[in-house]
Amino acid sequence: MKPYLLVDFGSTYTKLTAVDLDDEYIIGTAKAPTTVDTNVLEGYDRAFKHLMDDHPGITEIAGVSACSSAAGGLKMAAIGLVEELTVEAAKRACLGAGAIVDAVYTHHMTKREARELKEKNIDIILLAGGTDGGNQECIVHNAKRLRDIEVNVPIIVAGNKDAYDEIEEIFEDTNLEYYFVANVMPKLKKLNVNEAKNQIRKIFIDQIIDAKGISKAAEKIGDIIMPTPEAVLKAAELLSKGYEEDEGYGELIVIDIGGATTDVHTIGEGFPKRTEVILKGLEEPFAKRTVEGDLGMRYSARALLSLVSNYEFKKYFEEDDTCNHDIEKSLNRRSQEIDFIPKTKDEEEFDKAIAKICCDVSVSRHVGHVEVVHTPLGDMYYQTGKDLTGIQYVIGTGGVLINHKDAKRILNQVNKKSNKALELRPTNPSILIDRSYILAAMGLLSQKYPKLALKLMKQYLM
Amino acid sequence: MKTVVIGVIGADVHAVGNKIIDYVLSNNGYDVVNIGVLSTQEDFINAAIETDAEAILVSSLYGHGEMDCKFMKEKCEEAGIGHVKLYVGGNIVVGKQDFAEVERRFMEMGFDRVYGPGQKIEDALEDLREDIGN
Repeated sequence: MKPYLLVDFGSTYTKLTAVDLDDEYIIGTAKAPTTVDTNVLEGYDRAFKHLMDDHPGITEIAGVSACSSAAGGLKMAAIGLVEELTVEAAKRACLGAGAIVDAVYTHHMTKREARELKEKNIDIILLAGGTDGGNQECIVHNAKRLRDIEVNVPIIVAGNKDAYDEIEEIFEDTNLEYYFVANVMPKLKKLNVNEAKNQIRKIFIDQIIDAKGISKAAEKIGDIIMPTPEAVLKAAELLSKGYEEDEGYGELIVIDIGGATTDVHTIGEGFPKRTEVILKGLEEPFAKRTVEGDLGMRYSARALLSLVSNYEFKKYFEEDDTCNHDIEKSLNRRSQEIDFIPKTKDEEEFDKAIAKICCDVSVSRHVGHVEVVHTPLGDMYYQTGKDLTGIQYVIGTGGVLINHKDAKRILNQVNKKSNKALELRPTNPSILIDRSYILAAMGLLSQKYPKLALKLMKQYLM
Repeated sequence: MKTVVIGVIGADVHAVGNKIIDYVLSNNGYDVVNIGVLSTQEDFINAAIETDAEAILVSSLYGHGEMDCKFMKEKCEEAGIGHVKLYVGGNIVVGKQDFAEVERRFMEMGFDRVYGPGQKIEDALEDLREDIGN
């Protein structure tokens, strides 16, 4: 047996998925705690040993692809001009490339902001601002600020191209590492993030991996080709679009509820479905990812206290739940013991309620919404964001959804709600669960074997 | 090439005039950023900031333009684009009113040029050339 191996260096676990390329099935998966502090290969070797123990038939490896979100993942700063326009475009480029947006700056950066940026533990800076032919002065000002504080991380310039000559003059003869790519918003409200995304990924492969001590793995198993969230997005995109004659599932949502964040990926245009609806705001990416840093099962559990009142929280408990939960205490406990595993029915029910809130609130923030405008010609509607009412599939992944027997019930929270009537949420989509935790692996596999990755996803998501 | 932002303000969906303005100004050498109908003051201002526009042309046909345009100049100043020329035109007030009076009121609100019903876009084009050049 000569399987193809897909590796995900996660923040907690290093996960392996072995795929048989000839007989087209998943041979097995294995995991071991990630060991970034010592040698990342230790964790990998342990996981590999588990895999070999379970499947002694494996004699040789046909190839390996790996992704990583270890050592805090990829942290980025997004800088732009107007919050709703180039700043938003820059953020979407970062998110689409699988990064965490840890710092955001609008308009002219102050010296104080620049110093703060330097102190933050950022991996890459994305500098945008102005449409092509538009405002140059702001991006030039911010470039000077970055030069003055001598940032020691790569800068990707993705703003008004007219300013590039001047910015190059500012950056050359310094120690700054900089790259010029196409503007993330070349025309007003026109989103153009691909070049920026590719550059982010290139830097991620060439340097970030190295800086985070994961390069040892690269020596042994080959390049780590993308951040894990991007692999998930790639898998979702393939599953949605299909490959050659194999049809995809159409528009879909992937929800990943983790310990610290909840990621929502949607694949679909999300255009208005009615003629009296007018689209507002920046163009939406076809494959869109949002990350909610305050919604998670463990690290971020405490943040829920400020998001939902006790009264609202109770609404997320099942009707037949007779346990007497102490909401504050239970949330505090989870944020302190991040490896907490529910044992009693009480604790399970409480975890379920947290997951439901993560799902509900992250979807509220991700989907588009409409606003009524009363005009002399009758009611019209503004739509901001994507119309996801026609979404056919919702796919759940991440620890809590994979392991919970009621995962589908948790994901039912994505549905349209009477108290959130203006949100363009799905209406009764089919719900699938990534039980074998293969989405990121399939995103990786799709880079070389898209047809097989699609087939396996159709088979294993249920 | 000089950039101008055009659009229809407020709860107004009249798109035809907007298209004509876009067509005429584009054909006369301006880089037209058209934000379309149902636009708020903030939409105009944000567009002008990012595109470094030198004039904003606000259209309104449904009679409530005066309400929609109030404090726009102040917002422009607040956003750092007080130097951008502000034009307004169309059926910008309720009912038939004396145009000289209407013009005075909009000028007081901070608009640089005011156009009444029936006035042609060519007039505005001439003013644009004078105010910001070509």
